[in-house]
Amino acid sequence: MAVTLAQAINQALHDAMSEDERVLVFGEDVGKLGGVFRVTDKLQEKFTEDRCFDTPLAESGIIGTAIGLAMYGFRPVPEMQFDGFTYPAFEQIVSHLAKMPNRSRGTVKLPVTIRIPYGGGIGAVEHHSESPEAYWAHTAGLKVFTPGTPEDAYSMMRAAIAMDDPVIFLEPKRRYWMKSDTTLPVQTEPPHRAVVRREGTDVSVFCYGPMVRTAMEAAEAAADEGWSLEVVDLRSLSPLDTPTMVASVERTGRAIVVHEAAQTLGMGAEIAARIQEQAFYSLEAPVLRATGYDTPYPPAKLEEFWLPDVDRILDLVERSLNY
Amino acid sequence: MADAAIDPRELLPPDEPVHLLDPDGTYHEDPEHPIDLDDAGLRELYRLMLVTRKVDREAINLQRQGQLGVYASCMGQEAAQVGSAYALAEEDWIFPSYRELGAALVRQVDAAGLLHLYRGTWLSDHDPYKHHFGLMSIPIGTQALHATGFAMGARLDNNPIVTMTYFGDGGTSEGDPHEAMTFAGVTRAPVIFFVQNNQYAISVPLEKQTAAPTLAHKAIGYGLPGRRCDGNDVLATYAVTKKAVDRARAGEGPTFIEALTYRMEAHTTSDDPSRYRTQAELDEAALTDPIARMRNFLQQRDLYDTELEEAVEDQAKEVASYVRAGIYDAPHGDPMELFEHVYVDPTGHFDLQREQLRSELDAGQGEG
Repeated sequence: MAVTLAQAINQALHDAMSEDERVLVFGEDVGKLGGVFRVTDKLQEKFTEDRCFDTPLAESGIIGTAIGLAMYGFRPVPEMQFDGFTYPAFEQIVSHLAKMPNRSRGTVKLPVTIRIPYGGGIGAVEHHSESPEAYWAHTAGLKVFTPGTPEDAYSMMRAAIAMDDPVIFLEPKRRYWMKSDTTLPVQTEPPHRAVVRREGTDVSVFCYGPMVRTAMEAAEAAADEGWSLEVVDLRSLSPLDTPTMVASVERTGRAIVVHEAAQTLGMGAEIAARIQEQAFYSLEAPVLRATGYDTPYPPAKLEEFWLPDVDRILDLVERSLNY
Repeated sequence: MADAAIDPRELLPPDEPVHLLDPDGTYHEDPEHPIDLDDAGLRELYRLMLVTRKVDREAINLQRQGQLGVYASCMGQEAAQVGSAYALAEEDWIFPSYRELGAALVRQVDAAGLLHLYRGTWLSDHDPYKHHFGLMSIPIGTQALHATGFAMGARLDNNPIVTMTYFGDGGTSEGDPHEAMTFAGVTRAPVIFFVQNNQYAISVPLEKQTAAPTLAHKAIGYGLPGRRCDGNDVLATYAVTKKAVDRARAGEGPTFIEALTYRMEAHTTSDDPSRYRTQAELDEAALTDPIARMRNFLQQRDLYDTELEEAVEDQAKEVASYVRAGIYDAPHGDPMELFEHVYVDPTGHFDLQREQLRSELDAGQGEG
């Protein structure tokens, strides 16, 4: 049965709310409208306005009250409508959500899952195509997950909501309509594990979220050139599954990291550092990065020139192989 | 949703702050703000204020001796804190800023434990669920949202508890209290926003903080009643808060209270208030001291004698020396605690870093 990534998340929210009445979904327009991407479609109808509600348009308010609700004993799943709207909530996320369990020496648990549709490629206006993952992955106390398939979107969302740690759940919005033949519910690997999506022998391609599909397409195209790419879907950006990354590089001897976010101090920097720390003698070439440029996210008509695509990845594959 | 039948003028603060006690202790009855406390309750307010002041003084001394890195005094604000906190029931929750020592003592939070924040040993030491008292932290006004969310939770759960959050005049300029009041107004959450207007945000005086006629006038913008009281009058802070508590518990929603008080000490021990306020101003503020005022009142009521004075003084000294001992004796921090309580379920790289610290510590021990 064909299921889109958006439908998988909707089903995950639905099933979590059915199983645990402490699960609350709230944010801007998540109620009657069902969210601007319809990810929360019909949840209010099914679970009443007590458990799926529209909030005032105030992101710090949404996360700050989620913290209070979690302290009370609920399991909030607030939505930040778009990546670029998360910044007003930055203080509540990094100063309290991430730190309060530690500040309280473990007496306060904050099982909050923040849903953030992120990334570009949908022709949106400014502030609707950001990739803020490095901010969250840089913050101790948070877990950062991002699914690249509908199956993972379902399973990882269920795992995130069930966790007692706060989770930033990054939804690749350009993949909301991506379909899989699957039957829900489905349970995939635990979220802190990276998964080898395609085995290969020449170059390891590390990717996550929206770039998983792009990397798979690149691997297909590379095969036509006679190059065998191994595609590793990281799934969790915090924690990062270093052993799986290292094992892959030990097999292939080459690594490329692909992400939409700007290059400087992006996830690629951390991944490259870990690989050279732990798999230095396996490397046949430097770790290369196919990323967005170090500019603000461009206007929609230019985004195709900014976003990493199959060609940008293949150029790096060639560079790596020729090193 | 806001009840259309409410006259918006009802939300505006009264022309004069509620004031029940003169500095000489003379009591003015106000039928709108009755005091439902017996003699023991009245003495208890006095005791709590005096203990707060002694512990506060002890903390300043400890800072001067290098035992605390810094300390934010609440001297002069005892009536605002003790009276308001005392108006809550035990099951109600308080979400404080870092300056609410008096409210913490009402909640029987261990005072020595609270000072770990300033000593630098632990970030916080008390169990919020045991005392119904949230964690102190430094960001300004952010706790107003936690109080509101908690109250929203209580309301969803049909639990008749009330939450109260404290912030200062500076806090009213931050965004989070505004978002909190917006959420509270819309959801009718049982939360009280208690603002201690102590006249300064570090060095910035109230007139540079707001152009509003009073802080309490802000409330109407959120559909909340704005109330004002003499914050150095413990009976007024108690009575005004009690009314807001009853209102919230009856499902009638949140209230904003501005207590007019004065920060008699520096913002923190690192601050030099002589740069921005005069001795004359301090001398004038001292005339309205909340503790002397309550003592005068108890004397007028024949509720105060040398026995009470000695008992309360002895207790205050005892708590102060307990605090001193608690600070001296506290462990200086277990390095391995760095990695405790960051995640409920830590994995991967984090575990490797923890092992690295452990091996560094083991190596250090070997040298010793």
